[in-house]
Amino acid sequence: MKTPFADQFIAAKHGAGGPAMRALIGSVFLADVEDSEVLAMDDGAAIPFGDQWLVVTTDAHVVHPVFFPGGDIGRLSVCGVVNDLAMMGACDVLALTSSVILEEGFSIELLRRIHASTQQACREAGAKILAGDTKVMGRGEVDQIVLSTTGIGVTRRVIRGGGLQPGDAVVITGTLGDHGLAVLSARHSLGLQGDLLSDVAPLNGLIRQVLLAGGAGIHALKDPTRGGVTAALSEMAERAGVAIVLQQQALPMSDAGRAASELLGIDPLSVANEGKALIGVHPDQLQAVLQALHSHPLGQAAAHIGQVHASEKPALLIDTGFGQRRLFEKDAEPLPRIC
Amino acid sequence: MNYPPRLEFRNPAQGRALQQRLQRAVDRAGREVTVMHVCGSHEQAMARYGLRSSFPSDLRVLMGPGCPVCVTDAPEIDACIALAAQGLRVLTYGDMLRVPGRALSLADAKAAGARVDVIYAATQATEIAKQSSEPVVFFATGFETTAVATAALLLQNPPENLQVLSAHKWVPAAMEVVAATADSQVEGFLAAGHAAAITGYGLFEPLVQRHQLPVVVAGFEPLDILAGLVELVELAIDKKAQVVNAFPRCVSRDGNPKALRALREVFELGDGQWRGIAEIADGNLKLRPEFAKWDASLTYAETLRSVAELPERPWASDCRCGAILSGQSEPSDCKLFGQECRPEAPVGACMVSSEGACRIWFEHGLDGHHRQRRVGPSPA
Amino acid sequence: MCLGAPGQIIEMQGTTAIVDFWGVRRQVALDVVDEAVAVGDFVLVHVGFAIRRIPAEELDETLAYFAAMSEEDLEGWQPPGADRSQGDPL
Repeated sequence: MKTPFADQFIAAKHGAGGPAMRALIGSVFLADVEDSEVLAMDDGAAIPFGDQWLVVTTDAHVVHPVFFPGGDIGRLSVCGVVNDLAMMGACDVLALTSSVILEEGFSIELLRRIHASTQQACREAGAKILAGDTKVMGRGEVDQIVLSTTGIGVTRRVIRGGGLQPGDAVVITGTLGDHGLAVLSARHSLGLQGDLLSDVAPLNGLIRQVLLAGGAGIHALKDPTRGGVTAALSEMAERAGVAIVLQQQALPMSDAGRAASELLGIDPLSVANEGKALIGVHPDQLQAVLQALHSHPLGQAAAHIGQVHASEKPALLIDTGFGQRRLFEKDAEPLPRIC
Repeated sequence: MNYPPRLEFRNPAQGRALQQRLQRAVDRAGREVTVMHVCGSHEQAMARYGLRSSFPSDLRVLMGPGCPVCVTDAPEIDACIALAAQGLRVLTYGDMLRVPGRALSLADAKAAGARVDVIYAATQATEIAKQSSEPVVFFATGFETTAVATAALLLQNPPENLQVLSAHKWVPAAMEVVAATADSQVEGFLAAGHAAAITGYGLFEPLVQRHQLPVVVAGFEPLDILAGLVELVELAIDKKAQVVNAFPRCVSRDGNPKALRALREVFELGDGQWRGIAEIADGNLKLRPEFAKWDASLTYAETLRSVAELPERPWASDCRCGAILSGQSEPSDCKLFGQECRPEAPVGACMVSSEGACRIWFEHGLDGHHRQRRVGPSPA
Repeated sequence: MCLGAPGQIIEMQGTTAIVDFWGVRRQVALDVVDEAVAVGDFVLVHVGFAIRRIPAEELDETLAYFAAMSEEDLEGWQPPGADRSQGDPL
């Protein structure tokens, strides 16, 4: 029995990337859709294009604060889309489009800074924004700035988040939770001093190396954004119908990320990353993939964090060294706790 | 700067040694042993480290009334929402934001336009009040450990636009209620280390004497919890009613006299409803009259009177949380469990917090010992 | 019930201190800490207040206690319910 309030209105949970968001999409946007490509609800859509695939993805970006330690909404808007393309194997970005909705009164100087950082991220990704649109809304009608980006990429082989196979190794390309913890600390003015920085970065260069090293052994890719590693791996396990067991001791964390997660009582597995990928790889290619990751600047802290097992029911578990527990997706972004 | 390694007690090999000791202790009893912890953070740590998956099968570790999120009464949340609905700016710890009152949560109120902000340190409340010309309501929740911070704030003579709505609670009163429950199966308590850092472990001595039950004060690192359970199970099966301090690095017999003085200076004990449990005698911490000018319950008495008249949720009388928290019932014994009472619309305390017994059962689909079968190879 | 974090004082200014937690620093109020503290001391912090000085000798004793525990014979022991098979988990 839900309260009438929860039934009738959009709440924050409907945008948190968890079960509530998927339920909303299913009940509103997909209720009258029959196309299996759309129903797959993957990071993007793949369209046959000669002997290759065009991959299309789109992402609206809102973040508070707009400038956060380690990045800003401009950089985020490019990386979000470039990474979604890369997770489907499309490391060559053909084009990006960008729409901006601005609140009346927003500083043009800040907009210039956001634009400069957008362009910097494009250069890092080898991508170009080829079309754009600008709208302005009244004060209070939108929170400062919304950036909506669409990307088109091309690939010979489409990789799916749900391609995991029993026996696969699960690899993460770097430390956990830095983006979510950095943004959270800035948002709630938690007064934490230290080098807690968002990891926001375009991953297509890194993933290109991974695909070269792992070849057909790369079974699945997904970027653990909203909802973090827990949400991403739960979805991967669900789609592949497998169980994934993580090893706590193997999870890479930055010192500052670890400190913030301990202090705020937040599980680093459940907060967003914006410059990390999860890779499901056949054990024969594991070492080659780790080597490729470690030789790239964005993959220095990459680690083999878990294993895929055959299972009747999909599940995500973690071995802590003291015992084992299941990890569950949450419907809401974590908040700092005091108890 | 590297964190001093000696503040961490998370060595899995040492953990296995303690798990082995715990198994031997329960084996020696040759029967089921039931103990209770009274601390949401203990449950949190057990969940985080998966400790329950390695408990002996004959050990039941019940979760008592030790989570302030769970036991903050729905009308207390409604009172805060009423103030927010009146247009006042409200500050809350993140823990309370999504906990429903009788109809809405503070998060719902925020979504509907109320000004609700999350703070992490009590000191932020004063800082925000100082920067503001309008009243700022601080929803002060938590047990004695957290109440000490509220007391310290008020003793700093903050600006009068800081209005404190106290829902602070005093845990020893609830332990007394559980221990006094005639058909309770609880053979001993694992007491909360951080609260005891304030109160001292001497506080538990009268309870131990009265009810002839052992109390072990334990910390929150996985090794602390395991070591505390080993002590507690051994005391319980030997029927030794005494207090053992298994957290000496943070807890002394007398606790923190300075903090206790601050607590007593600012708060007095009063009877209060604990959500889903009972009216607990001396279970609430209320601001003393000397602090009336900061007391939101007095300043906004008119608004708060209307809150009392909100209808109770229709099934509230069927809720078994009290029996669950005192170890007499399990979540599946409750007819509301998973039906009317679900995580997105909880009726009772145990479904409210992510550390609540019913919530854990519902989300994890666990058996009576919150246990599940392992996947993959065991640790060597 | 109360999330407490141990940290080390690296700077003091009157009744506040800068405390280092795992490499991240935060200002902490010293109003209710139980005894005099100095730079280098460990403190237990809850909601922005230091609530207890953690004596270094107690830390050493705790370490020694857990170390002694782990010297026990662990051979052949595994947690109850542990299942070495890789079959269906659930």
